[in-house]
Amino acid sequence: MGNSNSNSVGIVETQYFTFAAPPREMELECGRKLGPIVLAYETYGTMNEDKSNCILIEHALSGDAHVAGKHHADDSTAGWWDSMVGPGKAFDTEKYFVICSNVIGSCKGSSGPGSINIETGMAYGMDFPIVTIKDMVKAQKVLIDSLGIEQLMCVVGGSMGGMQALEWAVTYPECVRMVIPIATTARLSPQSIAFDAVGRHAIMADPNWKFGDYYGSEPPRQGLAIARMIGHITYLSDKSMHNKFGRGLQNKERPSYDFSTEFQVESYLNYKGDAFVKRFDANSYLYISKAMDYFDLAEPSGELRTELSRAKAAFLVISFSSDWLFPPYMSREIVSALRRNNLDVSYAEIQSDYGHDSFLLEVEVLSRLIENFLDYADQVGAKIDE
Amino acid sequence: MRTSWITRTRLGLKSMSNDVKEQDILQSVPTELRRIIDIVEPGSKVLDLGCGEGHLLKALQKIKRARVQGIELSDVAMQECIAKGLFVYHGDLDEGLSDFSDKCMDYVILTNTLQVLHRPDKLIMEAARIGKKAVISIPNFGYWRVRFQLMFWGTMPKTKGLPFDWYDSPNIHLTTIHDFRRFCGEHNLEIVSEMDEVIGGGEAKTVTTNPNFFADYAIFVLQEKA
Repeated sequence: MGNSNSNSVGIVETQYFTFAAPPREMELECGRKLGPIVLAYETYGTMNEDKSNCILIEHALSGDAHVAGKHHADDSTAGWWDSMVGPGKAFDTEKYFVICSNVIGSCKGSSGPGSINIETGMAYGMDFPIVTIKDMVKAQKVLIDSLGIEQLMCVVGGSMGGMQALEWAVTYPECVRMVIPIATTARLSPQSIAFDAVGRHAIMADPNWKFGDYYGSEPPRQGLAIARMIGHITYLSDKSMHNKFGRGLQNKERPSYDFSTEFQVESYLNYKGDAFVKRFDANSYLYISKAMDYFDLAEPSGELRTELSRAKAAFLVISFSSDWLFPPYMSREIVSALRRNNLDVSYAEIQSDYGHDSFLLEVEVLSRLIENFLDYADQVGAKIDE
Repeated sequence: MRTSWITRTRLGLKSMSNDVKEQDILQSVPTELRRIIDIVEPGSKVLDLGCGEGHLLKALQKIKRARVQGIELSDVAMQECIAKGLFVYHGDLDEGLSDFSDKCMDYVILTNTLQVLHRPDKLIMEAARIGKKAVISIPNFGYWRVRFQLMFWGTMPKTKGLPFDWYDSPNIHLTTIHDFRRFCGEHNLEIVSEMDEVIGGGEAKTVTTNPNFFADYAIFVLQEKA
């Protein structure tokens, strides 16, 4: 059983992989080209001789390559999925070689709108091309190839990470043996697109945004904080908000009948918004949320079943009962399309009150499912010679 | 038996888990379901509707090299299936059965499940549609112990196969062997074979004389009539 608090991978270091230098830029789905491209990534554990124990973890919208361990001994927090990655944990670094790479478009070390455009010597800003989930995966594939890995044992991710995992399964079917999409969807719903749009409007309406050209000056803090607050509302559930805050007032006994921060839930959102501004770039938020909006695995045919017919991996699809951002029915849609293609698929719907955030919080049940699923890697999924 | 399985797989001793003795696997399968292992042809595709912790599916996978999958509502049981390396769908029994095309399975198994469903008739027909054969086990409400309890004591029957009180029983659609045979006749289902059995001394014994009275349960192999 995964041990969630002890057994850290220890001190780790982010690495950087550069490729697609001009004139060999990477072609993007939007038709434009990008290069050179930097990917920030981290690895944990040891690759075995035949490179058959490699697991690629995909992060969500605001995530990064730092999935486990600490960069410095005195870091206050560990990587974003430290409870799942480490010796004896679900992604057991004594058995598996775990890789996590930051997506393109991000601001966490990989090429994004805040990176320097070598043509101008200035930050890209809005000149950065629109990237899609497929582009993110295409860039990762170059990294995986450079590590000499022919087939990943498993690709796994929650939320936007799950979208990338699904994209791997259909774009590089021979290169992935098992796929674990968690709390995700095969296509962004109009409701999700709407929330993303409001978040982007908040950023773009901030006078400090200046059409993305704010590097070196005051960034659009207010806009980004609001975008993050909207995001957080969609990550929680009605019940988790009741449990966490209720109608409790923040640091006061009775309401003050003004527009100060009255309720605990307001205070929480303010805190989350402010904390996010310190670690994330507003333009990256625009680009990555846009990448999710464009994600539709059913295209170009319009039939999810048809598009998933290319997949060869074995799947473990996991959803959470109270997730209303990517509700269980979206996972069942994926499972249905996989089953209709006669693929090996397990589906688990976990009862949880934590909403979309469950994929980061329901460590115990996730560990049990994933650890056991991975144990059978040698018996399932796409085989290279088939 | 179940614990030993899980321990072995958790330790990651895959070679060992592959070598687990057939005898051990057989022992983990409830007595009344072991006959089903004999029925299934080697290498078949099998779907178990309400597969529980997957003991039967694991046995079919290991002993008959069957390609198996299950559907199970209980989250604990679903997790046990995944711990056994089985593919399982966590949800209601009738959820998404339309994903399965006609006769895409060699066998669809329904063991000890029908009586808890709201519309068992619909699921029987789905099982017969999806499977070239449907293997269905039922507790027999015509069993003499059941009849005697109602007749002589005037109480709702409780037996090994039907252990519940009237108020907490999940069983809402009980049937007898006679009723079930009649249902098949009326619904264009051919009974390919029927095993009427009673458990005695921990073993399943075949009942040949008046099974509707002496058999505790029955296993039917059905197929749609051409």
